[in-house]
Amino acid sequence: MEMTSLYLLVPLAPLGGAILAGLFGKAIGRTGAHTVTILGVAVAFIASLVIYFDVQAGHHYNGPVYTWLQSGGLKFEVGFLIDPLTVMMMLVVTFVSLMVHVFTIGYMADDPGYQRFFSYIALFTFSMLMLVMSNNFVQLFFGWEAVGLVSYLLIGFWYKRPTAIFANLKAFLVNRVGDFGFLLGIGLIAAYAGTLDYHEVFAMRLDLAATTEVATGWSLITAICICLFIGAMGKSAQVPLHVWLPDSMEGPTPISALIHAATMVTAGIFMVTRMSPLFELSDTALSFVLVIGSVTALFMGFLGIIQNDIKRVVAYSTLSQLGYMTVALGVSAYSVAVFHLMTHAFFKALLFLGAGSVIMGCHHNQDIRYMGGLRKYMPITWITSLLGSLALIGFPFFSGFYSKDSIIEAVHASHIPGAGFAYLAVILGVFVTAFYSFRMYFLVFHGTERFDQLPHDDHHAAHDDHGHHSAKPHESPWVVTLPLVMLAIPSVLIGFFTISPMLFGDWFGESVVIDAIKHPGMEELAHEFHGPVAMALHGVMSLPFLLAMSGVALSWFFYLKRPDIPEAIKQRFMPIYTLLENKYYFDKFNDFFFAGGARLIGGGLWKAGDQVVIDGVMVNGSARVVGWISGLVRLFQTGHIYQYAFSMIIGVFSLLMFALFWTSGT
Amino acid sequence: MNSPQTSQLLSLAIWLPILGALPLLLLGSQRRDAVRWLALLVAVMGFLVTLPLFIGFDNREVAMQFVERSPWISRFNIFYHLGVDGISMPFILLNSFITVLVVLAGWDVIKEKQAQYMAAFLVMSGLMNGIFSALDGVLFYVFFEASLIPMYLIIGVWGGPNRVYAAIKFFLYTLLGSLLMLVALIWLFLESGGSFNILDWHQLPLGMPAQGLIFIAFLLSFAVKVPMWPVHTWLPDAHVEAPTGGSVVLAAIALKLGAYGFLRFSLPIVPDASQAMAPFMITLSLIAVIYIGFVALVQSDMKKLVAYSSISHMGFVTLGFFMFNTLGIEGALMQMISHGFVSGAMFLCIGVMYDRVHSRQIADYGGVVNSMPKFAAFFLLFSMANAGLPATSGFVGEFMVVLGAVKFNFWIGFAAATTLIMGAAYTLWMYKRVVFGEVSNHHVAEMQDINGREFLVLGILAVAVLAMGLYPFPFTEVMHTSVENLINHIGQSKL
Repeated sequence: MEMTSLYLLVPLAPLGGAILAGLFGKAIGRTGAHTVTILGVAVAFIASLVIYFDVQAGHHYNGPVYTWLQSGGLKFEVGFLIDPLTVMMMLVVTFVSLMVHVFTIGYMADDPGYQRFFSYIALFTFSMLMLVMSNNFVQLFFGWEAVGLVSYLLIGFWYKRPTAIFANLKAFLVNRVGDFGFLLGIGLIAAYAGTLDYHEVFAMRLDLAATTEVATGWSLITAICICLFIGAMGKSAQVPLHVWLPDSMEGPTPISALIHAATMVTAGIFMVTRMSPLFELSDTALSFVLVIGSVTALFMGFLGIIQNDIKRVVAYSTLSQLGYMTVALGVSAYSVAVFHLMTHAFFKALLFLGAGSVIMGCHHNQDIRYMGGLRKYMPITWITSLLGSLALIGFPFFSGFYSKDSIIEAVHASHIPGAGFAYLAVILGVFVTAFYSFRMYFLVFHGTERFDQLPHDDHHAAHDDHGHHSAKPHESPWVVTLPLVMLAIPSVLIGFFTISPMLFGDWFGESVVIDAIKHPGMEELAHEFHGPVAMALHGVMSLPFLLAMSGVALSWFFYLKRPDIPEAIKQRFMPIYTLLENKYYFDKFNDFFFAGGARLIGGGLWKAGDQVVIDGVMVNGSARVVGWISGLVRLFQTGHIYQYAFSMIIGVFSLLMFALFWTSGT
Repeated sequence: MNSPQTSQLLSLAIWLPILGALPLLLLGSQRRDAVRWLALLVAVMGFLVTLPLFIGFDNREVAMQFVERSPWISRFNIFYHLGVDGISMPFILLNSFITVLVVLAGWDVIKEKQAQYMAAFLVMSGLMNGIFSALDGVLFYVFFEASLIPMYLIIGVWGGPNRVYAAIKFFLYTLLGSLLMLVALIWLFLESGGSFNILDWHQLPLGMPAQGLIFIAFLLSFAVKVPMWPVHTWLPDAHVEAPTGGSVVLAAIALKLGAYGFLRFSLPIVPDASQAMAPFMITLSLIAVIYIGFVALVQSDMKKLVAYSSISHMGFVTLGFFMFNTLGIEGALMQMISHGFVSGAMFLCIGVMYDRVHSRQIADYGGVVNSMPKFAAFFLLFSMANAGLPATSGFVGEFMVVLGAVKFNFWIGFAAATTLIMGAAYTLWMYKRVVFGEVSNHHVAEMQDINGREFLVLGILAVAVLAMGLYPFPFTEVMHTSVENLINHIGQSKL
């Protein structure tokens, strides 16, 4: 087959599945819906594999599919750029998506919106593929927004729940704030580069770097990069645009794995990597990226410690890990960021699906305080979750170790402003990550069984009449455990096998550009790298490993050995706990300041501007003036002949006088 | 294509619907089926005769096409002079297309005086086509003013409880605006040595004070129509009281007349004044985008909300015009066409709900998706288009205008791009409160999902919105030559 038609097949196969399941869901039934969508995604995965080998063989591609429109000398196109970075993203997206699709068969089995759900997740896969395969900014923006749309649909999937429909609106709007910056960035590129094609823009990057933005007086390249990064902050949930992600856990669990861990949130990281030729030219932008990333990595991790909802713990760990990736971008270690993106996609999807399996096993209880000892009942979920957690905390030889340790090393080697703070943040973050990850792990899978202590509200009590309540947890069906196993394999192994080519080989080739003179960090890393085994052995003696192990040990001590201590600490440091519980008051501030403020301004403008000034004074006012004048004029219309005759005489007299003086004057 | 074509297509587009309205009136409203089917036939025919305009259009021709010219009032040198270029032609198609949908939308809903209702829309459709194709100042003015009458009747007869206030406000606002235009037209007639030919006026050299006065005269007339801030307050009232079909035509077509006027009159006739006034116009446009965005957010009446969102979207149109770059003007034209589809669809959606519950208040709804899933899907698509989501038509124009604005001045682009947030906020917040959630009351529980006719109308619009979003290429191709020509023209001083 022609390679170009194969490229087209990758996004279109899931799209076809989505359309069939979405529009004809009733006709094709539940089995039909999951068959067509899984088939579509599987086709996309296999095609991606074929393309991967083709790219390995050195066949890159950059070309248009069709011209979307043309105006003012700008050509807006839909087209593909197929290079190692793209193909890696394609594989990650399609593989994780495929696993999530299979998992969904089990997880959503009882849901009346079954077909709709499959349609959405397939549509999501399509959007994400369009995003990563694009060769230009228009299509990138299309994928960018389409991903936002589908996440809106998925978070609000259970549209009857007030919390879900609040969360999806919030997610969309916060993402739109990011998109606002992103659009301006694209606008600057269009204005100054005169093209929206990646490679044409990259070809002009030095000119762009030498230009000053006219209206603002800023360095153009810095303005472009910061605007684009604001978009990334929205999608990749960086402080302060992170607020949508934890709330998005209102959607069904499979989407948390698909959208809010493995793929959608990676869009920003991917985009910055793709734009590395531009970011490399602005140290200001890189420092900005670095600081935002470090703040996210550390402070979002703290929040994970106090969460009791199993999905929220994982969600905050996602935020923190996204912070790590952003930090890597900030120190010009783009390949490391994407490497962590990949390993994280596998182990985070695993952890989320594991959490989903736990939730199913516990009859839709999500509160980890009422779990415990589940390893007896759910062995596969237990083992795979343990593997995922080890990968997350960066245990040597696990995939997460290679990516996270590389980030820490890269930060250590960097000298750009903010690197010192970033190093502190990522080092401390290791301890925090280990602590909250294993807190969750111990509370869920070890210790005393607490699932019978779950307090039930009245709403649920009605359902639980038939002894549902007292039922023991159970292992999930194979459609759920198979994806867990399939994801556990790369979570453990992929780092070991791919670190050499991806980070220190020239696997990425020209898709990642680093200015080695200004940012020598990656070269130093490469110099110290002596293969994955040596790296892991060295890792065992390093500071991050010690911190991670002490995090695990401390959580073991706190939550298995002496469960009274956390409670005591909580009482002792109540102000800090309150701060964390309120998530640093971001939500309250946004609600009050932005949402409330906008409504206040709107109400004020409407009442004072439209109703009082414009309609009251100007419109009805002029009507009143007309009325008043006609009232005056009416006084003359008395109906008395003698008054009319008298005024006529005066008029004639005045005209005569006027004519007389006028003629005599000239 | 240089020789003037002798086709009668434009006359057909104008007079076929107007003459077709007469038998409707003769039939009388008792014979509902005959009236409806005849109205549909006339509307569809009216649309079909406009298709050759698109198919036979020469994208590279600078001059007017499909020109018709014959003396009308010889004494004043007034001609029945018609013709279209790449700027006006799309709107004739859009108008005739929307008319078909409006007839379908009034199928069951209008119970009183249906023959007159349908006739009013058909007459209006013909008059609008006249406005977009007139090349003679007086002819334009006659069509422009005459189109007020059917709209006045539509609001005043078939409107809501406060319809008389709204109809008079609408009528006086727009009439007062256009009186000064008449003065300007007559002045131009005298100044040009006795010509009412708009194309002659384009070439007429004018001094600066005169240009300024003419600009202001046109501005008052067109700004009311658009409507631009601060002469916009008639629109929400008119929309709220108008029947669904009236709102659709008002939003989809009538608002385009003012914007079209800027391109046909203000910019080419008084280019220097337009340049000088550009900062002022851009400021007003940005106020419309931002101020109105906030105002839309707090509306509790769905029709008012969409009306305000229309004003905000039209702010993008005038913004695009007065940057005088290709992206801006073409983007503004795209925004006008898209707004025709999207705002029309939004009002139809609100109409669908109003027909069932008889309320426009957001608070009276909630959980509509539970009883009307198909409708909810359509409504979501149009809401997203209203919020400017890529792959819908709403994105194309906004995107182009923002790019044009950033090129023009970063801060103007910055201000314009806030619509990305505000547009999503007011549209989706409304959508959330109306459609999502548990069923809020028994009215909502009893709502029936859309029937075949409603499905057809919304389905056609959905296809249009998606098609234009996915492949806008043919639309812009039509415009290029005329827009480039216009921009060159504006660039040459008349002083």
